[in-house]
Amino acid sequence: MNSTTEEAPALPEADRVPAHAEGKRLSIGRLTRSKPPVPTAQSFRSRLRRDKQMLLMMVPGIAFLLLFFYVPILGNVIAFQDYQPYLGIGDSLWVGWQNFVDLFGNPDFVHAFWNTLYLAAWQLVFLFPVPLVLALIVDSLVSARVRKVFQSIAYLPHFLSWVLVIAFFQQMLGGAGFVNNTLRQFGMEAVPFMTNPESFPVLVVAQMIWKDAGWAMIIFLAALASIDSSLYEAAAADGAGRWRRMWHITLPGLRPVIVLLLILRIGDILSVGFEQFILQRDAVGAGAAEVLDTFTYYTGVIGGGWSSGAAAGLAKGVVSALLIYAANKLAHRFGEDGIFAKRAG
Amino acid sequence: MATTLTATKTLAARKVKELSYNPKRPVWKERPSPLYQTIKALVLIVFSVSILTPILLVVSTSLADNDQLMRAGGFVLWPERPTLDAYVTIFKGPMVIQSLGVSLFVTAIGTVLALFVTITMAYATSRTVLFGRPVMLAVLFTLLFAPGLIPSFLMIRQLNLLDSLWSLILPGIFGAFNFVVMRSFFMNIPGELIESARIDGATDWQILWRIVMPLSKAVIAVVGLFYAVGFWNSFFNALLYINDHSKWPIQLLLRNFVVQGSGAADQLGITTAPPPQSIQMAVVVVALVPILMIYPFLQKHFAKGVITGAVKG
Repeated sequence: MNSTTEEAPALPEADRVPAHAEGKRLSIGRLTRSKPPVPTAQSFRSRLRRDKQMLLMMVPGIAFLLLFFYVPILGNVIAFQDYQPYLGIGDSLWVGWQNFVDLFGNPDFVHAFWNTLYLAAWQLVFLFPVPLVLALIVDSLVSARVRKVFQSIAYLPHFLSWVLVIAFFQQMLGGAGFVNNTLRQFGMEAVPFMTNPESFPVLVVAQMIWKDAGWAMIIFLAALASIDSSLYEAAAADGAGRWRRMWHITLPGLRPVIVLLLILRIGDILSVGFEQFILQRDAVGAGAAEVLDTFTYYTGVIGGGWSSGAAAGLAKGVVSALLIYAANKLAHRFGEDGIFAKRAG
Repeated sequence: MATTLTATKTLAARKVKELSYNPKRPVWKERPSPLYQTIKALVLIVFSVSILTPILLVVSTSLADNDQLMRAGGFVLWPERPTLDAYVTIFKGPMVIQSLGVSLFVTAIGTVLALFVTITMAYATSRTVLFGRPVMLAVLFTLLFAPGLIPSFLMIRQLNLLDSLWSLILPGIFGAFNFVVMRSFFMNIPGELIESARIDGATDWQILWRIVMPLSKAVIAVVGLFYAVGFWNSFFNALLYINDHSKWPIQLLLRNFVVQGSGAADQLGITTAPPPQSIQMAVVVVALVPILMIYPFLQKHFAKGVITGAVKG
């Protein structure tokens, strides 16, 4: 036993461990209801001296968080004011919940809210399964070369900006675009793909598939690669065919990832995309393209209704945070890791 | 007679099967039926073609000459006599060069600053240090809640950064996702390595610079590329904060000139014009090319980075 040497006072400089190792020790400590084995005798001051440089390293990051995150969060108080830019936050009148009351009576806001949910439903039904299907196909490819070529093509659009993506769609499907030009040359009528409010959800989902479905495959491919191939071999030896193997091995193997992504998507349901809508709102009109985020932008920044814009943003932010939190809890309930558990550990 | 015929048939079938035997296919995996194979191939081909066609169309149209464009009605899939006229024209006017300069400046400075902030923060929280946990929680909270558009805008205005390029840089120099990727990589560096350097008298900054960073070149490359792509692609910050035309980044120029379809050549400071179509497309290509250039590097590394961030966390 070398426990005596371990308990000997270590060099004050030499007791840092990777942060996750500390987490483990703490949890053991909690389980056994005894003191954690991490030496706690060091005074605050000596730890401060030891960590001086490390704390210095946190300064830029903390300054960023304060300046562009936590102080702006406090700026949300203008949602409870009748904010006037020339008066500033200090002198603007306080109006309590009035902005929120007005907001929920505002048909434009209510419309933006329902439209957000409507588009989210479209995304959930028609966008979510696409990367899964693609990943299953790619995973079943025997040729590594074909697989690689396809992946190279499919990942590319993820790195293009929304402006470029919309520009591409416009050149292909717009009123003067390639497809409509070709249709006209053959004497057919042009189809308003890009400007028809009714078919806008289809367009949005198509653009999202184009941009990100390939990229979203990655996580499924990683999960597929981690399934033990001897399971397939054994099942095949027992006479299970292709579809039986998929049903009994592949899908159960993917279940954790699917459940996790689905729950996270539901937690994020009020964010259906922003730049994509800002860029196309002029073309299809506010009726089809107004979502909560664009409502905030147009009411606040363009319309000068700073307080109502902030109220809309705050309402959305709070509800989203609650949803993400609940979704994460739900993920834990299903026995999955969630987003925060492991990262925090 | 009939029996021999079927026998030959099965023999032939077996022969075909043997010939198409692929050594890479696991023995237990049966060959998919032709129908299934066709469907699979069709899905992959349609998806790939739908991605590549617009890119090809835009690049070709930007290179096409006037004659061909007139004949084809605005778009070509392959330039017969490629010409760089459209590019020469857009680089004659001041707007495209200016906005390219803005985008390059923002991307370069932004990426360096972002790497600095992210690396220091990630390293400091990857070891047990004083205040490590609360700082970590403060970062993770950013994944849960966002301050919102209006307060962020008011903050930038308060800082007097409206119409300044720093409004495009500073809000993007730290991202929780990149931080998590970086930190989880740092946590896997063996503690002994760091301890021994400390015992040899190295300071924390020296350890970070001389030991941790050389070991983390790959992850730094990935995160740096992610930041660079983010800065290059960002358009909304510029829409919010920049009014001055001479400070537009390329994405905003692209949006106003191509997507909004104003399409007026004089907006680019151009007086004589080749066909507007190829000029528009040339602007698109200018915004596209840098991404295409770094894509091979991105591709080499990103999958690893994403999976560390998303799965292992």
